[in-house]
Amino acid sequence: MEEEEFNNLKSQAYILADNIISPLGFSSSENFEQLKKMQTGVKRIIDPNLSVEPLFAGIVDTLKLDIEFQKLNTQNEFTRLEKMVILSVTDCLNQNQHIDIQSPKTLIILSTTKGNIDLLESDDSSKFDKKRVYLWETANVIGRYFNNPNQPIVISNACISGVLAIVLGKRLLEENQYDTIIVSGADVLSHFVVSGFQSFKAISSEIAKPYDTKRDGISLGEGCGTIVLSNSIQKVINKQEQLIVKGGASSNDANHISGPSRTGEGMILAINKTLTESNMLPTEVDYISGHGTATLYNDDMESLAISDSKLDKVPMNSLKSYFGHTLGAAGLIESIIGLHSMRENTLIGTYNYSELGVTMPINIIKKTQPAKVNNFLKTAAGFGGCNAAVFFQKVQNN
Amino acid sequence: MEQKNHINTFCLVKNGSISIDGTISYENRSLPAADFIKSAYKHFQINYPKFYKMDQLSRLAFLASELMLKNNPIAHNNAAGDIAIIIANSASSLETDEEHQRTISDKNNNVASPAVFVYTLPNILIGEIAIRNSIKGENTFFIFDKFDADFMSGYINSLLNSNKIKCCIAGWVDFYDKNYDAFLYTVEKDKGKLGIEHNSEQLKNIYNN
Amino acid sequence: MDALIDQLKGEIIEQLNLEDLKKEDIDADATLFGEGLGLDSIDALELIVLLEKNHGIKVANPADGKKIFQSIRTMAEFIQANKK
Repeated sequence: MEEEEFNNLKSQAYILADNIISPLGFSSSENFEQLKKMQTGVKRIIDPNLSVEPLFAGIVDTLKLDIEFQKLNTQNEFTRLEKMVILSVTDCLNQNQHIDIQSPKTLIILSTTKGNIDLLESDDSSKFDKKRVYLWETANVIGRYFNNPNQPIVISNACISGVLAIVLGKRLLEENQYDTIIVSGADVLSHFVVSGFQSFKAISSEIAKPYDTKRDGISLGEGCGTIVLSNSIQKVINKQEQLIVKGGASSNDANHISGPSRTGEGMILAINKTLTESNMLPTEVDYISGHGTATLYNDDMESLAISDSKLDKVPMNSLKSYFGHTLGAAGLIESIIGLHSMRENTLIGTYNYSELGVTMPINIIKKTQPAKVNNFLKTAAGFGGCNAAVFFQKVQNN
Repeated sequence: MEQKNHINTFCLVKNGSISIDGTISYENRSLPAADFIKSAYKHFQINYPKFYKMDQLSRLAFLASELMLKNNPIAHNNAAGDIAIIIANSASSLETDEEHQRTISDKNNNVASPAVFVYTLPNILIGEIAIRNSIKGENTFFIFDKFDADFMSGYINSLLNSNKIKCCIAGWVDFYDKNYDAFLYTVEKDKGKLGIEHNSEQLKNIYNN
Repeated sequence: MDALIDQLKGEIIEQLNLEDLKKEDIDADATLFGEGLGLDSIDALELIVLLEKNHGIKVANPADGKKIFQSIRTMAEFIQANKK
């Protein structure tokens, strides 16, 4: 056990800074303040460029995005997605002066499902080289903006991309090639994505109602979330209390490319591996941030997995009714809200949830409430039958 | 401390040619990309009706994985949850992205097809391989401008050496605008029939041959 | 009705990429999902697209699909009943 603790100590992944860009604000704390008050960023949108029918979605205000971006005083043209990522990372750098993004020991990981896919249809496309729709090029553009010397790593693994990217960041820190990893996840709302989910008859007629009896589908969203990880405790600003990534894992249902598993077996595997790696018992988990897309089958599947993992008493929420499903950004944004729940010992109520409507009884948080949050589990699932989980812990120094 | 892992089988599909473990097993240099993949599927008499429902990228990945694992299956003592699938490419799912975009931009008939849309994610091909072979472990799809042997070998070795996985189906599967390129291989701790040491140099040697 | 059934068989083979099948392989009364043709949830959504694209009929509630898509014959009956 002592040796184990020693090993854990030498390879910790400390959180140095974080940012969320969403309809609710351009910093993590702005977003968290809105969530504490249970204010949602999902609105009824009438925009023929996105959808023939009105749509409930979380959209980042373009004017605000452009105003904020102009403050950076850069000459080059950037896409909507790149602007969000650049603003998000910049905010992180401003939070913590120890982050040296130009160092060869700093790596950028980008999590995105569709990147600049809006260029396929936008009038803006003429401004950009066709190469810009390649996800690696999008990442390179961001890396070059910050003068980061390393080739960024891109993960595009459906809706678990963000959680996978955080887990990858922790694992790469353990290899000691890098001392700082900037994990950013982003996706933008487009006609491309909206029409696809509409063809799946998966979009809710109102704001999504995760885990509720009346849930009828997802709300889509867009945004960006960034977490900066480091293996150096010296770089953490708050010396009394550190947040760390303790473990994580992914799995595949091996069942169907779009439908969630009917048994939750894949999700159970990802959760169990994550808890084992984190040396955690189910009873020690203080809070779960679920995937909670509010489709009939996803939420049922999750209830089975949570219950089977003996986590059914643990307070759990879904943030999809605040941000919409932000795809490649979701794992980051939702993890960051969880990190703030740990810092402020406040659990966020699930917006639009009133009555439990899933197969197995689970403990969905209705109203925002104070609670001790030292151990936090984030889960995600996605098309392709993939599941992932990541575990965060608060470490206090006496 | 550094332990050695092994490439126990590999399959290359490019330029109208398929080779398994370094031996050419099928050639047809005259066919365009999609036809070539279909002709190989028929040539090897693979019977998996779902193949026809896949997009070109998934078909290519499925074909390569099928041919590779037919002769050199993953050791039975590996639990389904201990086998990982980690694959990368350059164009993501752009081939199918453009098809979906064409459909929804068609002014006269813009009904999106769910069967097309589902393939606008590159990791669906991981799902297809997982379903076919009942593989339930780690999965990650990376995007690089070209096959990054250093990153792939480093990351997969670290997963094996830290016992997070026991075995990995890995590689590169790219299909876009008439160009296709697949290089799949398995990595295990135990030395199999082929037993090439799994490192960046060997991967580059095999891939560039 | 027989002409419509025959036409539907062709449309389904094309829309669902059932390349291994010919029209005569499909029984108009066989179940489309599960045992029968072994179709899945994406196929069900594709059949909704087929009705809209080829026959101008919108299925508002995907849950209705269960009844409509029992067999090729039930599909044909639905199309006839809803043709404008």
